[in-house]
Amino acid sequence: MTQPVSTERVRDLIEPTRVHGSLYTSEEIFQIELEQIWYRGWVYVGHESEVPDAGMFVSKSIGPQPLIMTRANDGQVHVLHNRCSHRGNLVCMADSGSTNSFRCPFHGWNFALDGSLLGYPHPEGYGGRHQLDDLPLPHVARTEAYEGFVFASLADDGPSLIEHLGDAADGISRLVSLSPERRLDLRAGWLQHRAHANWKLIVENETDGYHPQFVHGSIFSVGDSRIGDLYGEHSAALTRDFGNGHSENDLRPEFRKNDAPMWWFGSSEERVPEYAAAMRRAYGDDEARRIMVDGSPHVMVFPNLFIAEITLFVLQPLSVGVTVQHSTALQLAGAGELNRKMLHQCIGSAGPAGMLLADDTEMYERNQEGLGSREPAWIDTRRGLHRESQDSDGHPIGSANDEIGIRGFWRHYSSLVGDVELAASTRP
Amino acid sequence: MSVELSEATRREIEAFIFREARLADEHDYEEWESLWTDDGHYWVPAAGIDNPDGAMSIINDNRSRISTRIAQLVTGRRYAQSPPSRLARSISNIEIGHVDGEFVVRAVFTLIEASRRGRHTWAGHVQYRLRHTAEGLRMASKCVDLVDRQFDVPTLAFLI
Repeated sequence: MTQPVSTERVRDLIEPTRVHGSLYTSEEIFQIELEQIWYRGWVYVGHESEVPDAGMFVSKSIGPQPLIMTRANDGQVHVLHNRCSHRGNLVCMADSGSTNSFRCPFHGWNFALDGSLLGYPHPEGYGGRHQLDDLPLPHVARTEAYEGFVFASLADDGPSLIEHLGDAADGISRLVSLSPERRLDLRAGWLQHRAHANWKLIVENETDGYHPQFVHGSIFSVGDSRIGDLYGEHSAALTRDFGNGHSENDLRPEFRKNDAPMWWFGSSEERVPEYAAAMRRAYGDDEARRIMVDGSPHVMVFPNLFIAEITLFVLQPLSVGVTVQHSTALQLAGAGELNRKMLHQCIGSAGPAGMLLADDTEMYERNQEGLGSREPAWIDTRRGLHRESQDSDGHPIGSANDEIGIRGFWRHYSSLVGDVELAASTRP
Repeated sequence: MSVELSEATRREIEAFIFREARLADEHDYEEWESLWTDDGHYWVPAAGIDNPDGAMSIINDNRSRISTRIAQLVTGRRYAQSPPSRLARSISNIEIGHVDGEFVVRAVFTLIEASRRGRHTWAGHVQYRLRHTAEGLRMASKCVDLVDRQFDVPTLAFLI
Protein backbone atom coordinates (compact mmCIF):
# COMPACT_ATOMS: atom_id res chain seq x y z
CA MET A 1 0.00 0.00 0.00
CA THR A 2 1.48 3.32 -1.04
CA GLN A 3 1.08 6.36 1.10
CA PRO A 4 -1.46 8.97 0.12
CA VAL A 5 0.14 11.99 -1.49
CA SER A 6 -0.40 15.52 -0.41
CA THR A 7 -0.61 17.41 -3.68
CA GLU A 8 -1.36 21.02 -4.25
CA ARG A 9 0.96 21.69 -7.15
CA VAL A 10 2.26 19.63 -10.04
CA ARG A 11 5.72 19.62 -8.45
CA ASP A 12 4.39 17.45 -5.61
CA LEU A 13 3.99 14.67 -8.17
CA ILE A 14 7.66 14.76 -9.18
CA GLU A 15 10.36 13.53 -6.84
CA PRO A 16 14.07 12.98 -7.56
CA THR A 17 13.71 9.22 -8.01
CA ARG A 18 10.01 8.70 -8.73
CA VAL A 19 7.10 10.38 -10.51
CA HIS A 20 3.40 9.96 -9.95
CA GLY A 21 1.38 7.89 -12.45
CA SER A 22 -1.32 10.56 -12.72
CA LEU A 23 1.14 12.71 -14.70
CA TYR A 24 0.41 10.45 -17.67
CA THR A 25 -3.35 10.10 -17.26
CA SER A 26 -4.72 13.40 -15.94
CA GLU A 27 -6.64 15.56 -18.43
CA GLU A 28 -5.97 18.57 -16.25
CA ILE A 29 -2.23 18.02 -16.30
CA PHE A 30 -2.30 17.62 -20.09
CA GLN A 31 -3.99 21.03 -20.40
CA ILE A 32 -1.36 22.51 -18.07
CA GLU A 33 1.38 21.02 -20.27
CA LEU A 34 -0.13 22.50 -23.42
CA GLU A 35 -0.14 25.95 -21.86
CA GLN A 36 3.20 25.83 -20.06
CA ILE A 37 5.32 23.69 -22.37
CA TRP A 38 3.87 23.32 -25.85
CA TYR A 39 2.37 26.81 -26.24
CA ARG A 40 5.15 28.65 -24.45
CA GLY A 41 8.58 27.07 -24.92
CA TRP A 42 10.52 26.22 -28.05
CA VAL A 43 9.00 23.36 -30.04
CA TYR A 44 10.49 21.83 -33.18
CA VAL A 45 8.36 22.55 -36.24
CA GLY A 46 10.21 21.55 -39.40
CA HIS A 47 13.38 21.71 -41.42
CA GLU A 48 14.31 24.42 -43.89
CA SER A 49 15.09 21.77 -46.52
CA GLU A 50 11.40 20.85 -46.61
CA VAL A 51 10.71 24.20 -48.30
CA PRO A 52 13.82 24.77 -50.44
CA ASP A 53 12.26 27.26 -52.87
CA ALA A 54 10.06 30.32 -52.62
CA GLY A 55 6.39 29.37 -52.90
CA MET A 56 6.76 26.04 -51.11
CA PHE A 57 4.90 25.09 -47.95
CA VAL A 58 4.39 22.17 -45.58
CA SER A 59 1.65 21.62 -43.02
CA LYS A 60 3.04 21.31 -39.50
CA SER A 61 1.75 21.44 -35.95
CA ILE A 62 2.43 22.16 -32.32
CA GLY A 63 0.34 19.67 -30.38
CA PRO A 64 -3.25 19.96 -31.64
CA GLN A 65 -2.61 23.37 -33.28
CA PRO A 66 -2.21 23.33 -37.07
CA LEU A 67 0.60 25.42 -38.54
CA ILE A 68 2.00 26.08 -42.00
CA MET A 69 5.72 26.45 -42.64
CA THR A 70 6.40 28.38 -45.83
CA ARG A 71 9.22 29.81 -47.91
CA ALA A 72 7.89 33.19 -49.03
CA ASN A 73 9.04 35.43 -51.88
CA ASP A 74 11.40 37.15 -49.45
CA GLY A 75 13.31 33.85 -49.34
CA GLN A 76 12.61 33.52 -45.62
CA VAL A 77 10.98 30.64 -43.79
CA HIS A 78 7.75 31.64 -42.05
CA VAL A 79 5.73 29.70 -39.51
CA LEU A 80 2.08 30.71 -39.66
CA HIS A 81 -1.06 29.62 -37.91
CA ASN A 82 -3.28 27.65 -40.26
CA ARG A 83 -6.29 29.70 -39.32
CA CYS A 84 -7.98 32.34 -41.41
CA SER A 85 -7.94 35.71 -39.66
CA HIS A 86 -11.57 36.24 -40.70
CA ARG A 87 -13.52 33.38 -39.11
CA GLY A 88 -10.89 30.83 -38.20
CA ASN A 89 -11.18 28.37 -41.08
CA LEU A 90 -8.23 26.26 -42.18
CA VAL A 91 -6.64 28.05 -45.13
CA CYS A 92 -4.39 25.13 -46.14
CA MET A 93 -5.55 21.52 -46.52
CA ALA A 94 -2.55 20.04 -48.32
CA ASP A 95 0.33 18.33 -46.52
CA SER A 96 2.80 20.10 -48.78
CA GLY A 97 3.04 21.85 -52.14
CA SER A 98 3.79 25.04 -54.00
CA THR A 99 1.47 27.98 -54.31
CA ASN A 100 1.36 31.73 -54.90
CA SER A 101 -1.05 32.26 -52.03
CA PHE A 102 -3.43 30.60 -49.60
CA ARG A 103 -7.03 31.37 -50.48
CA CYS A 104 -9.47 30.59 -47.71
CA PRO A 105 -12.30 28.64 -49.33
CA PHE A 106 -14.90 29.98 -46.88
CA HIS A 107 -15.08 33.63 -48.03
CA GLY A 108 -12.17 33.92 -50.43
CA TRP A 109 -9.68 35.87 -48.34
CA ASN A 110 -6.27 35.51 -49.91
CA PHE A 111 -2.94 35.43 -48.04
CA ALA A 112 0.66 35.57 -49.23
CA LEU A 113 3.14 32.98 -47.99
CA ASP A 114 4.53 35.52 -45.55
CA GLY A 115 1.03 35.76 -44.07
CA SER A 116 0.12 39.20 -45.38
CA LEU A 117 -3.49 39.65 -46.49
CA LEU A 118 -3.43 40.16 -50.26
CA GLY A 119 -7.12 40.77 -50.69
CA TYR A 120 -10.70 39.87 -49.90
CA PRO A 121 -13.76 39.64 -52.14
CA HIS A 122 -16.34 42.44 -52.28
CA PRO A 123 -14.10 44.95 -50.47
CA GLU A 124 -16.81 47.61 -50.30
CA GLY A 125 -18.20 45.65 -47.34
CA TYR A 126 -15.12 46.76 -45.44
CA GLY A 127 -15.05 50.29 -46.85
CA GLY A 128 -12.68 49.38 -49.69
CA ARG A 129 -9.40 47.61 -50.30
CA HIS A 130 -6.47 47.54 -47.85
CA GLN A 131 -8.67 48.23 -44.85
CA LEU A 132 -7.72 45.02 -42.99
CA ASP A 133 -3.95 45.25 -42.66
CA ASP A 134 -4.35 44.23 -39.02
CA LEU A 135 -5.61 40.81 -40.11
CA PRO A 136 -2.75 38.86 -41.67
CA LEU A 137 -2.49 35.09 -41.39
CA PRO A 138 -0.71 35.32 -38.05
CA HIS A 139 2.89 34.29 -37.52
CA VAL A 140 3.70 32.27 -34.44
CA ALA A 141 5.10 34.59 -31.78
CA ARG A 142 8.74 33.59 -32.36
CA THR A 143 10.56 31.54 -34.99
CA GLU A 144 14.27 30.68 -34.87
CA ALA A 145 16.37 28.15 -36.71
CA TYR A 146 19.51 26.26 -35.78
CA GLU A 147 21.45 24.50 -38.57
CA GLY A 148 18.24 24.42 -40.64
CA PHE A 149 16.08 23.07 -37.79
CA VAL A 150 13.15 25.48 -37.41
CA PHE A 151 11.65 25.90 -33.95
CA ALA A 152 8.69 28.01 -32.89
CA SER A 153 7.50 29.46 -29.65
CA LEU A 154 3.93 30.67 -29.22
CA ALA A 155 5.04 33.07 -26.44
CA ASP A 156 6.45 36.54 -27.04
CA ASP A 157 9.18 36.20 -24.46
CA GLY A 158 11.36 33.55 -22.93
CA PRO A 159 14.83 32.14 -23.50
CA SER A 160 16.32 32.34 -26.99
CA LEU A 161 16.46 29.13 -29.02
CA ILE A 162 20.18 28.79 -28.48
CA GLU A 163 19.70 29.19 -24.73
CA HIS A 164 17.01 26.53 -24.83
CA LEU A 165 19.10 24.08 -26.84
CA GLY A 166 22.21 24.51 -24.71
CA ASP A 167 24.68 21.74 -25.40
CA ALA A 168 22.04 19.65 -27.18
CA ALA A 169 22.87 21.97 -30.10
CA ASP A 170 26.11 20.02 -30.36
CA GLY A 171 24.08 16.90 -31.19
CA ILE A 172 22.40 18.72 -34.06
CA SER A 173 25.76 20.00 -35.30
CA ARG A 174 27.24 16.51 -35.18
CA LEU A 175 24.35 15.24 -37.27
CA VAL A 176 24.79 17.99 -39.84
CA SER A 177 28.53 17.36 -40.05
CA LEU A 178 27.80 13.84 -41.36
CA SER A 179 26.90 15.57 -44.62
CA PRO A 180 29.88 16.49 -46.79
CA GLU A 181 27.94 19.65 -47.61
CA ARG A 182 26.99 20.20 -43.93
CA ARG A 183 23.35 20.17 -44.95
CA LEU A 184 20.37 17.87 -44.46
CA ASP A 185 17.76 17.21 -47.13
CA LEU A 186 14.59 16.02 -45.41
CA ARG A 187 12.26 15.44 -48.34
CA ALA A 188 11.66 11.69 -48.24
CA GLY A 189 8.13 12.12 -46.85
CA TRP A 190 6.65 11.22 -43.49
CA LEU A 191 5.17 8.28 -41.65
CA GLN A 192 2.47 9.18 -39.16
CA HIS A 193 2.14 6.61 -36.41
CA ARG A 194 -0.60 7.03 -33.82
CA ALA A 195 0.22 5.86 -30.31
CA HIS A 196 -2.57 5.53 -27.79
CA ALA A 197 -0.26 6.77 -25.08
CA ASN A 198 0.84 9.92 -23.31
CA TRP A 199 3.64 11.83 -25.04
CA LYS A 200 5.95 11.65 -22.02
CA LEU A 201 6.14 7.87 -22.18
CA ILE A 202 7.54 8.27 -25.68
CA VAL A 203 10.04 10.99 -24.73
CA GLU A 204 11.29 8.88 -21.82
CA ASN A 205 11.68 5.82 -24.02
CA GLU A 206 13.82 7.74 -26.54
CA THR A 207 16.47 8.11 -23.85
CA ASP A 208 15.94 4.71 -22.18
CA GLY A 209 18.86 2.42 -22.95
CA TYR A 210 17.47 -0.25 -20.64
CA HIS A 211 14.62 -1.43 -22.90
CA PRO A 212 16.20 -2.30 -26.28
CA GLN A 213 17.47 -5.77 -25.45
CA PHE A 214 14.05 -6.73 -24.13
CA VAL A 215 11.54 -4.91 -26.33
CA HIS A 216 13.64 -5.44 -29.47
CA GLY A 217 15.06 -8.85 -28.67
CA SER A 218 12.95 -10.38 -31.44
CA ILE A 219 14.57 -8.36 -34.22
CA PHE A 220 18.07 -8.51 -32.72
CA SER A 221 17.80 -12.30 -32.68
CA VAL A 222 16.92 -12.58 -36.38
CA GLY A 223 18.88 -9.67 -37.86
CA ASP A 224 22.55 -8.82 -37.58
CA SER A 225 21.85 -5.76 -35.44
CA ARG A 226 24.42 -4.70 -32.84
CA ILE A 227 22.06 -2.33 -31.07
CA GLY A 228 21.48 -4.77 -28.21
CA ASP A 229 25.18 -4.87 -27.31
CA LEU A 230 25.49 -1.09 -27.53
CA TYR A 231 23.06 -0.84 -24.63
CA GLY A 232 24.21 -3.97 -22.82
CA GLU A 233 25.60 -4.30 -19.34
CA HIS A 234 29.22 -4.02 -20.49
CA SER A 235 28.76 -1.24 -23.03
CA ALA A 236 31.06 1.77 -22.82
CA ALA A 237 28.27 4.00 -24.13
CA LEU A 238 26.93 6.80 -21.94
CA THR A 239 23.61 8.37 -21.11
CA ARG A 240 23.85 12.14 -20.76
CA ASP A 241 21.54 14.77 -19.29
CA PHE A 242 22.17 17.93 -21.31
CA GLY A 243 19.89 20.02 -19.09
CA ASN A 244 16.69 21.80 -20.22
CA GLY A 245 15.12 18.35 -20.63
CA HIS A 246 17.45 17.30 -23.47
CA SER A 247 19.29 14.02 -23.28
CA GLU A 248 21.63 11.83 -25.24
CA ASN A 249 22.52 8.19 -25.51
CA ASP A 250 26.13 8.75 -26.46
CA LEU A 251 27.30 5.67 -28.37
CA ARG A 252 30.63 7.20 -29.43
CA PRO A 253 32.67 5.39 -26.75
CA GLU A 254 31.59 2.07 -28.32
CA PHE A 255 32.16 3.32 -31.88
CA ARG A 256 35.60 4.66 -30.94
CA LYS A 257 36.53 1.33 -29.37
CA ASN A 258 35.93 -0.26 -32.76
CA ASP A 259 37.64 2.68 -34.45
CA ALA A 260 36.28 1.77 -37.89
CA PRO A 261 34.65 4.38 -40.14
CA MET A 262 30.93 3.66 -40.77
CA TRP A 263 30.86 0.86 -38.20
CA TRP A 264 28.14 2.91 -36.50
CA PHE A 265 25.95 2.19 -39.54
CA GLY A 266 26.92 -1.48 -39.69
CA SER A 267 28.93 -0.66 -42.79
CA SER A 268 32.41 0.30 -43.94
CA GLU A 269 33.99 2.92 -46.20
CA GLU A 270 34.35 0.30 -48.93
CA ARG A 271 30.60 -0.22 -48.98
CA VAL A 272 29.82 3.51 -49.32
CA PRO A 273 32.73 4.67 -51.47
CA GLU A 274 31.05 7.76 -52.95
CA TYR A 275 30.13 8.99 -49.49
CA ALA A 276 33.54 8.27 -47.96
CA ALA A 277 35.31 10.05 -50.82
CA ALA A 278 33.02 13.07 -50.54
CA MET A 279 33.63 13.25 -46.80
CA ARG A 280 37.42 13.11 -47.22
CA ARG A 281 37.27 15.84 -49.86
CA ALA A 282 35.09 18.01 -47.64
CA TYR A 283 36.87 17.59 -44.30
CA GLY A 284 40.31 16.18 -45.03
CA ASP A 285 41.30 12.62 -44.17
CA ASP A 286 41.67 12.91 -40.40
CA GLU A 287 38.51 14.89 -39.67
CA ALA A 288 36.44 12.83 -42.13
CA ARG A 289 37.63 9.65 -40.48
CA ARG A 290 36.80 11.00 -37.03
CA ILE A 291 33.27 11.96 -38.11
CA MET A 292 32.69 8.60 -39.80
CA VAL A 293 33.90 6.74 -36.69
CA ASP A 294 31.79 8.81 -34.28
CA GLY A 295 28.65 8.30 -36.33
CA SER A 296 25.20 9.80 -36.00
CA PRO A 297 23.83 11.07 -32.69
CA HIS A 298 20.98 9.73 -30.56
CA VAL A 299 19.64 12.92 -29.01
CA MET A 300 16.23 13.83 -27.60
CA VAL A 301 15.59 17.57 -27.85
CA PHE A 302 12.87 18.62 -25.40
CA PRO A 303 9.97 18.33 -25.93
CA ASN A 304 9.41 16.81 -29.36
CA LEU A 305 12.46 16.32 -31.60
CA PHE A 306 14.22 12.98 -31.50
CA ILE A 307 17.31 12.47 -33.63
CA ALA A 308 17.73 8.70 -33.79
CA GLU A 309 20.87 8.04 -35.85
CA ILE A 310 19.07 7.35 -39.15
CA THR A 311 15.59 8.65 -38.41
CA LEU A 312 14.11 11.96 -37.35
CA PHE A 313 11.06 11.70 -35.10
CA VAL A 314 8.72 14.55 -34.26
CA LEU A 315 6.19 14.02 -31.47
CA GLN A 316 2.74 15.57 -31.60
CA PRO A 317 0.53 15.17 -28.54
CA LEU A 318 -3.17 15.30 -29.44
CA SER A 319 -4.67 14.48 -26.07
CA VAL A 320 -3.58 13.07 -22.74
CA GLY A 321 -3.69 9.55 -24.20
CA VAL A 322 -2.94 10.05 -27.91
CA THR A 323 0.35 11.05 -29.53
CA VAL A 324 1.31 10.99 -33.20
CA GLN A 325 4.90 10.06 -34.02
CA HIS A 326 6.00 11.62 -37.30
CA SER A 327 9.10 10.02 -38.76
CA THR A 328 11.31 10.53 -41.77
CA ALA A 329 14.68 9.22 -42.91
CA LEU A 330 17.67 11.41 -42.22
CA GLN A 331 19.10 12.26 -45.62
CA LEU A 332 22.46 13.99 -45.98
CA ALA A 333 23.17 16.38 -48.84
CA GLY A 334 25.97 15.05 -51.02
CA ALA A 335 26.06 11.63 -49.34
CA GLY A 336 25.80 9.53 -52.49
CA GLU A 337 24.71 5.93 -51.96
CA LEU A 338 24.55 6.30 -48.20
CA ASN A 339 21.17 8.04 -48.39
CA ARG A 340 19.48 5.10 -50.10
CA LYS A 341 20.85 2.73 -47.47
CA MET A 342 19.81 5.00 -44.60
CA LEU A 343 16.33 5.29 -46.07
CA HIS A 344 16.07 1.52 -46.42
CA GLN A 345 17.08 1.00 -42.78
CA CYS A 346 14.80 3.77 -41.58
CA ILE A 347 11.75 2.29 -43.31
CA GLY A 348 12.57 -1.13 -41.88
CA SER A 349 12.69 0.16 -38.32
CA ALA A 350 10.33 3.16 -38.04
CA GLY A 351 6.63 3.79 -38.39
CA PRO A 352 3.46 1.72 -37.89
CA ALA A 353 4.98 -1.46 -39.38
CA GLY A 354 8.56 -0.76 -38.31
CA MET A 355 10.46 -3.66 -36.84
CA LEU A 356 11.50 -1.48 -33.90
CA LEU A 357 8.84 1.21 -33.55
CA ALA A 358 5.81 -1.07 -33.74
CA ASP A 359 7.09 -2.84 -30.63
CA ASP A 360 8.07 0.40 -28.88
CA THR A 361 4.59 1.72 -29.54
CA GLU A 362 3.02 -1.49 -28.27
CA MET A 363 4.94 -0.88 -25.02
CA TYR A 364 3.75 2.75 -24.82
CA GLU A 365 0.15 1.60 -25.19
CA ARG A 366 0.44 -1.20 -22.65
CA ASN A 367 2.20 1.25 -20.33
CA GLN A 368 -0.65 3.73 -20.68
CA GLU A 369 -3.17 1.01 -19.90
CA GLY A 370 -1.07 -0.22 -16.97
CA LEU A 371 -1.01 3.28 -15.53
CA GLY A 372 -4.79 3.10 -15.35
CA SER A 373 -4.10 0.90 -12.36
CA ARG A 374 -3.77 3.17 -9.35
CA GLU A 375 -1.42 0.99 -7.32
CA PRO A 376 1.47 1.37 -7.00
CA ALA A 377 0.90 5.06 -7.58
CA TRP A 378 4.49 5.96 -8.45
CA ILE A 379 6.90 5.16 -11.27
CA ASP A 380 10.49 4.52 -10.31
CA THR A 381 13.29 6.48 -11.99
CA ARG A 382 16.32 5.67 -9.82
CA ARG A 383 18.24 3.35 -12.12
CA GLY A 384 21.94 4.28 -12.07
CA LEU A 385 21.60 7.00 -9.44
CA HIS A 386 24.45 5.53 -7.37
CA ARG A 387 26.83 5.56 -10.33
CA GLU A 388 25.87 8.95 -11.77
CA SER A 389 28.86 11.22 -12.46
CA GLN A 390 29.60 14.31 -14.52
CA ASP A 391 31.34 14.80 -17.82
CA SER A 392 33.90 17.55 -18.43
CA ASP A 393 31.09 19.98 -19.31
CA GLY A 394 29.36 19.33 -16.00
CA HIS A 395 26.52 17.29 -17.50
CA PRO A 396 25.27 14.33 -15.46
CA ILE A 397 26.25 11.07 -17.17
CA GLY A 398 25.66 7.42 -16.47
CA SER A 399 26.03 4.05 -18.10
CA ALA A 400 24.37 3.10 -21.39
CA ASN A 401 21.18 1.89 -19.74
CA ASP A 402 20.78 4.25 -16.78
CA GLU A 403 17.79 6.53 -16.28
CA ILE A 404 19.87 9.71 -16.42
CA GLY A 405 17.96 11.26 -19.30
CA ILE A 406 14.62 10.38 -17.73
CA ARG A 407 15.54 12.11 -14.48
CA GLY A 408 16.81 15.11 -16.45
CA PHE A 409 13.53 15.28 -18.34
CA TRP A 410 11.52 15.40 -15.14
CA ARG A 411 13.77 17.99 -13.53
CA HIS A 412 13.18 20.34 -16.44
CA TYR A 413 9.50 19.47 -16.67
CA SER A 414 9.08 20.34 -13.00
CA SER A 415 10.76 23.71 -13.56
CA LEU A 416 8.15 24.49 -16.27
CA VAL A 417 4.92 23.22 -14.74
CA GLY A 418 5.81 22.57 -11.11
CA ASP A 419 4.31 25.80 -9.74
CA VAL A 420 0.90 25.23 -11.29
CA GLU A 421 -1.79 24.46 -8.74
CA LEU A 422 -3.99 21.44 -9.25
CA ALA A 423 -7.74 21.62 -8.77
CA ALA A 424 -8.67 19.96 -5.50
CA SER A 425 -10.83 17.36 -7.20
CA THR A 426 -8.01 16.01 -9.36
CA ARG A 427 -5.37 15.74 -6.67
CA PRO A 428 -4.40 12.11 -6.24
CA MET B 1 -5.00 -4.65 -69.55
CA SER B 2 -8.13 -6.74 -69.86
CA VAL B 3 -7.68 -9.99 -71.70
CA GLU B 4 -9.83 -13.05 -72.13
CA LEU B 5 -9.07 -15.39 -69.26
CA SER B 6 -10.37 -18.90 -69.04
CA GLU B 7 -12.82 -19.51 -66.25
CA ALA B 8 -10.35 -22.02 -64.77
CA THR B 9 -7.57 -19.42 -64.67
CA ARG B 10 -9.84 -16.86 -63.10
CA ARG B 11 -10.85 -19.36 -60.42
CA GLU B 12 -7.23 -20.30 -59.78
CA ILE B 13 -6.26 -16.65 -59.28
CA GLU B 14 -9.19 -15.91 -57.01
CA ALA B 15 -8.46 -19.02 -54.95
CA PHE B 16 -4.86 -17.87 -54.59
CA ILE B 17 -5.90 -14.43 -53.37
CA PHE B 18 -8.44 -15.79 -50.92
CA ARG B 19 -5.85 -18.20 -49.56
CA GLU B 20 -3.32 -15.41 -49.19
CA ALA B 21 -5.90 -13.43 -47.21
CA ARG B 22 -6.74 -16.38 -44.99
CA LEU B 23 -3.09 -17.19 -44.22
CA ALA B 24 -2.53 -13.53 -43.27
CA ASP B 25 -5.68 -13.45 -41.12
CA GLU B 26 -4.64 -16.64 -39.35
CA HIS B 27 -1.01 -15.54 -38.81
CA ASP B 28 0.19 -18.62 -40.66
CA TYR B 29 3.47 -16.84 -41.27
CA GLU B 30 5.57 -19.50 -42.92
CA GLU B 31 2.81 -20.67 -45.27
CA TRP B 32 2.21 -17.02 -46.21
CA GLU B 33 5.89 -16.51 -46.93
CA SER B 34 5.89 -19.54 -49.24
CA LEU B 35 3.47 -17.68 -51.54
CA TRP B 36 6.23 -15.28 -52.63
CA THR B 37 8.52 -15.53 -55.62
CA ASP B 38 12.26 -15.09 -55.02
CA ASP B 39 12.07 -11.48 -56.21
CA GLY B 40 8.97 -10.56 -54.23
CA HIS B 41 8.21 -6.95 -53.33
CA TYR B 42 5.77 -6.01 -50.54
CA TRP B 43 4.82 -2.35 -50.53
CA VAL B 44 2.50 -0.22 -48.39
CA PRO B 45 2.95 3.40 -49.54
CA ALA B 46 3.06 6.37 -47.18
CA ALA B 47 1.22 9.67 -47.56
CA GLY B 48 1.75 11.45 -50.85
CA ILE B 49 4.14 8.84 -52.25
CA ASP B 50 3.56 7.33 -55.68
CA ASN B 51 6.98 5.79 -56.19
CA PRO B 52 8.86 3.92 -53.47
CA ASP B 53 12.31 4.94 -54.70
CA GLY B 54 13.90 7.55 -52.50
CA ALA B 55 10.79 8.00 -50.39
CA MET B 56 9.31 6.81 -47.13
CA SER B 57 6.89 3.86 -47.12
CA ILE B 58 4.97 2.18 -44.34
CA ILE B 59 6.35 -1.10 -45.71
CA ASN B 60 8.82 -1.44 -48.58
CA ASP B 61 10.16 -4.98 -48.27
CA ASN B 62 12.36 -6.70 -50.79
CA ARG B 63 12.34 -10.49 -50.58
CA SER B 64 15.09 -10.56 -48.00
CA ARG B 65 13.25 -8.16 -45.73
CA ILE B 66 10.00 -10.11 -46.12
CA SER B 67 11.96 -13.04 -44.64
CA THR B 68 13.23 -10.88 -41.78
CA ARG B 69 9.71 -9.61 -41.07
CA ILE B 70 8.40 -13.17 -40.95
CA ALA B 71 11.31 -14.38 -38.84
CA GLN B 72 10.64 -11.62 -36.32
CA LEU B 73 6.97 -12.59 -36.09
CA VAL B 74 7.86 -16.25 -35.70
CA THR B 75 9.99 -15.54 -32.60
CA GLY B 76 6.77 -14.95 -30.67
CA ARG B 77 8.41 -11.85 -29.17
CA ARG B 78 7.24 -9.42 -31.83
CA TYR B 79 5.20 -7.78 -29.06
CA ALA B 80 3.12 -5.66 -31.41
CA GLN B 81 1.66 -9.01 -32.58
CA SER B 82 2.10 -11.06 -29.45
CA PRO B 83 -0.60 -11.74 -28.53
CA PRO B 84 -1.78 -11.56 -32.15
CA SER B 85 -4.70 -9.41 -33.29
CA ARG B 86 -7.84 -11.19 -34.41
CA LEU B 87 -8.33 -10.38 -38.08
CA ALA B 88 -11.06 -10.80 -40.69
CA ARG B 89 -10.70 -9.35 -44.17
CA SER B 90 -12.85 -9.57 -47.24
CA ILE B 91 -11.58 -9.06 -50.74
CA SER B 92 -13.81 -8.03 -53.60
CA ASN B 93 -14.02 -6.09 -56.87
CA ILE B 94 -11.38 -8.37 -58.35
CA GLU B 95 -10.12 -7.37 -61.79
CA ILE B 96 -7.53 -9.46 -63.54
CA GLY B 97 -5.19 -8.36 -66.28
CA HIS B 98 -2.27 -10.01 -67.98
CA VAL B 99 0.98 -8.11 -68.60
CA ASP B 100 4.37 -9.51 -69.67
CA GLY B 101 3.61 -13.04 -68.59
CA GLU B 102 2.22 -12.02 -65.21
CA PHE B 103 -1.28 -11.57 -63.91
CA VAL B 104 -1.95 -8.11 -62.55
CA VAL B 105 -4.81 -8.33 -60.09
CA ARG B 106 -6.58 -5.38 -58.57
CA ALA B 107 -8.99 -5.70 -55.69
CA VAL B 108 -10.54 -3.83 -52.78
CA PHE B 109 -10.29 -5.07 -49.20
CA THR B 110 -11.76 -4.28 -45.83
CA LEU B 111 -10.25 -5.70 -42.68
CA ILE B 112 -11.38 -5.55 -39.08
CA GLU B 113 -8.60 -5.83 -36.52
CA ALA B 114 -9.57 -6.60 -32.95
CA SER B 115 -6.85 -6.20 -30.37
CA ARG B 116 -6.51 -4.92 -26.85
CA ARG B 117 -6.22 -1.43 -28.37
CA GLY B 118 -9.79 -1.78 -29.68
CA ARG B 119 -11.36 -2.40 -33.08
CA HIS B 120 -9.80 -0.81 -36.11
CA THR B 121 -11.04 -0.86 -39.69
CA TRP B 122 -8.38 -1.09 -42.35
CA ALA B 123 -9.35 -0.69 -46.00
CA GLY B 124 -7.73 0.00 -49.28
CA HIS B 125 -6.94 -0.96 -52.81
CA VAL B 126 -4.58 -3.82 -53.32
CA GLN B 127 -2.64 -4.78 -56.40
CA TYR B 128 -0.88 -8.09 -56.86
CA ARG B 129 1.43 -9.36 -59.55
CA LEU B 130 1.12 -13.13 -59.78
CA ARG B 131 3.28 -15.48 -61.81
CA HIS B 132 3.15 -19.15 -62.71
CA THR B 133 6.28 -20.93 -61.43
CA ALA B 134 7.34 -24.56 -61.16
CA GLU B 135 5.70 -24.57 -57.69
CA GLY B 136 2.46 -23.11 -59.03
CA LEU B 137 1.05 -19.62 -58.84
CA ARG B 138 3.22 -17.26 -56.75
CA MET B 139 3.11 -13.62 -55.68
CA ALA B 140 5.78 -11.36 -57.20
CA SER B 141 4.44 -8.17 -55.67
CA LYS B 142 1.72 -6.94 -53.39
CA CYS B 143 0.95 -3.25 -53.01
CA VAL B 144 -1.56 -2.16 -50.38
CA ASP B 145 -2.81 1.39 -50.85
CA LEU B 146 -4.55 2.26 -47.58
CA VAL B 147 -7.46 4.68 -47.87
CA ASP B 148 -6.23 6.59 -44.82
CA ARG B 149 -2.55 6.71 -45.59
CA GLN B 150 -2.49 10.50 -45.69
CA PHE B 151 -3.47 10.50 -42.01
CA ASP B 152 -1.89 8.96 -38.94
CA VAL B 153 -2.51 5.23 -38.52
CA PRO B 154 -2.01 2.92 -35.55
CA THR B 155 0.52 0.14 -35.35
CA LEU B 156 0.37 -2.22 -38.32
CA ALA B 157 2.43 -5.23 -37.31
CA PHE B 158 0.26 -8.01 -38.75
CA LEU B 159 0.40 -9.02 -42.42
CA ILE B 160 -1.76 -6.58 -44.33
